[in-house]
Amino acid sequence: MTVVHSAPKYASNEGVIDALAGSLSVWLEGSGEQHGEIILSAKRGDIETVLRTLRDDHDYQQLMEIAGADYPDRAERFEVVYMLLSLTKNHRVMVKCSTDASTPVPTVTTLWPNAGWLEREVFDMYGVVFAGNQDLRRILTDYGFEGHPFRKDFPMTGYTELRYSEEEKRVVYEPVELPQDMRTFDFLSPWEGSDYVLPGDEKADGAPQVDKPKVTEKPADTGAGARAGENAAEGTDAVPPNMIEIEIEEEDEE
Amino acid sequence: MSVQIEESPTNNGEVIKNYTLNFGPQHPAAHGVLRMVMELDGEVVERVDPHVGLLHRGTEKLIEQKTYLQALPYFDRLDYCSPLCQEHSYVLAIEKLLNIEVPERAQYLRVLFAELTRICNHMLNIGAHVMDVGAMTPNLWVFELREDCLNFFERASGARMHSAWFRPGGVHQDVPEKLLVDIGDWLDNRFFQLFDDAMSLVIDNRIFKQRNVDIAIVGRDDAIAWGFSGPMIRAAGIPWDLRKSQPYDVYDRMEFDIPVGTNSDCYDRFMVRVKEVRESAKIIKQCIRDMPQGPIASTDGKVSPPKRGEMKQSMESLIHHFKLYTEGFHVPAGEVYVATESPKGEFGVYLVSDGTNKPYRCKIRPTAFSHLQAMEMMTKGHMLADATAILGAIDVVFGECDR
Repeated sequence: MTVVHSAPKYASNEGVIDALAGSLSVWLEGSGEQHGEIILSAKRGDIETVLRTLRDDHDYQQLMEIAGADYPDRAERFEVVYMLLSLTKNHRVMVKCSTDASTPVPTVTTLWPNAGWLEREVFDMYGVVFAGNQDLRRILTDYGFEGHPFRKDFPMTGYTELRYSEEEKRVVYEPVELPQDMRTFDFLSPWEGSDYVLPGDEKADGAPQVDKPKVTEKPADTGAGARAGENAAEGTDAVPPNMIEIEIEEEDEE
Repeated sequence: MSVQIEESPTNNGEVIKNYTLNFGPQHPAAHGVLRMVMELDGEVVERVDPHVGLLHRGTEKLIEQKTYLQALPYFDRLDYCSPLCQEHSYVLAIEKLLNIEVPERAQYLRVLFAELTRICNHMLNIGAHVMDVGAMTPNLWVFELREDCLNFFERASGARMHSAWFRPGGVHQDVPEKLLVDIGDWLDNRFFQLFDDAMSLVIDNRIFKQRNVDIAIVGRDDAIAWGFSGPMIRAAGIPWDLRKSQPYDVYDRMEFDIPVGTNSDCYDRFMVRVKEVRESAKIIKQCIRDMPQGPIASTDGKVSPPKRGEMKQSMESLIHHFKLYTEGFHVPAGEVYVATESPKGEFGVYLVSDGTNKPYRCKIRPTAFSHLQAMEMMTKGHMLADATAILGAIDVVFGECDR
């Protein structure tokens, strides 16, 4: 694939995977290059060894970032991604390992002092535990916050909201109350991307069977509520309103 | 919090307590909502525990709910002092996943406005830094220059601060020719007169030097180990600048120097920024000189929206417009980490795409996080008043640090 984008260009990736995989292969589960990024997947228990080797033997001096990511469908749902930068080779690699909510990942605060906060953030947002991190407190969320907000199953709106209470003269925490439902539209085209059935489509031939097809056999099925159902059952002799005739006065020119 | 109690040898065995102090979260020198729990021995700082996150808005979670284009304005609101530089990382990350070509004029425009943003950001930081250590006047003068920058942004994008002007594939709108002329004129006839005047008041000022020289010296090895970037690592004498070493857009065609410090103290950090402003001005002038005519956004109709005029004439354009502003474009599955040189350091975006119209995960690498983490290392043993100078020299903005 020819590169036509103008994103940052660093030293060539050519031969880097072979060189790294050669010396790290014992601790790696896989390695690859996509979109011009080198990604090494390390075994969880050996992540510290891998990063230490990269730092000491391969000149990746700086740890720029640790990112968490949540893939709920996987057996080990969390990914921890370490972004390394080599100042001398002018090159970047990503190293990742996966874990679940209860299995700790070895800390790398032993290698870089700035890993402390980065690990705290992953812990705060995803609940990934780092074994050996001496100061694994929450960092970005509120004091006394519960849950891990960046997990995919954590709702966008959260569970608690706070306001200043005039009666109690202090800030109070309350369960979230939304005056209208949270509006989430994915805008995916029903012909291309979405995997759900649009209302009305369930009746189409070949469409997947839904549990309870929508019918309007009784007035109550109209969805207009009990009162409207009663009215509908009574029937009505009302007729549609006639169009109101409007007389337009023509102005005399005189 | 433990309180250290010891018997003083000089005070007839009277017990002296270490004093624990809350610096912030409402403190004018905290540059936003930073709370630092400090343990003081007299006026000497023994321990600092910065509490960040008071401005956490869950930007990364919000981005996961938005299409790629809808997520763009969030980047203006991270580091609200250098909005366009944050957008730069994000649009480059999308472009890297899409692998689309950006027209030359758009690349020049992006570099020009990224550098104008850098000047704008440094004006704020330089002014705030000198004010933190007690000088008022220079801040008022450089704020005038910042105001000029914001006016230029307004003329280009319609918004003074939250421009949302860089778009995947180019920029939103072309600029009028007069704007480029005016920016050139401003650099030639106004900017340096005012800036040099303001700097002449502080650079050799005795009080300013007493407050900054030899404060918070960070050695080369420490700067690397703590993940420093931007002016913080350059002040340590390491000529590391992503614009030079990992050029993006048309930075590889620009001629500029990387100012580095020698002593790695707060004064050097300040001076690196002062010198950088000059280099930015050089880049802006080269952009104005070399900028070609041509389209300002990718010609790929599946990514960049059609022009208004085309929509009135062409059904295809109308459909493209409708699709782009409802469903948005789809980005090929994959993950990239793209980092650019924002005025404060390395600003990175780790973007994971699952092939749909929304980012699956967008991790933002703020510059301030690593720098602020080193606060204890830098402040330990200094006086309480030095903490404000150190904080000023880090150039921290909490919109970006807390996300």
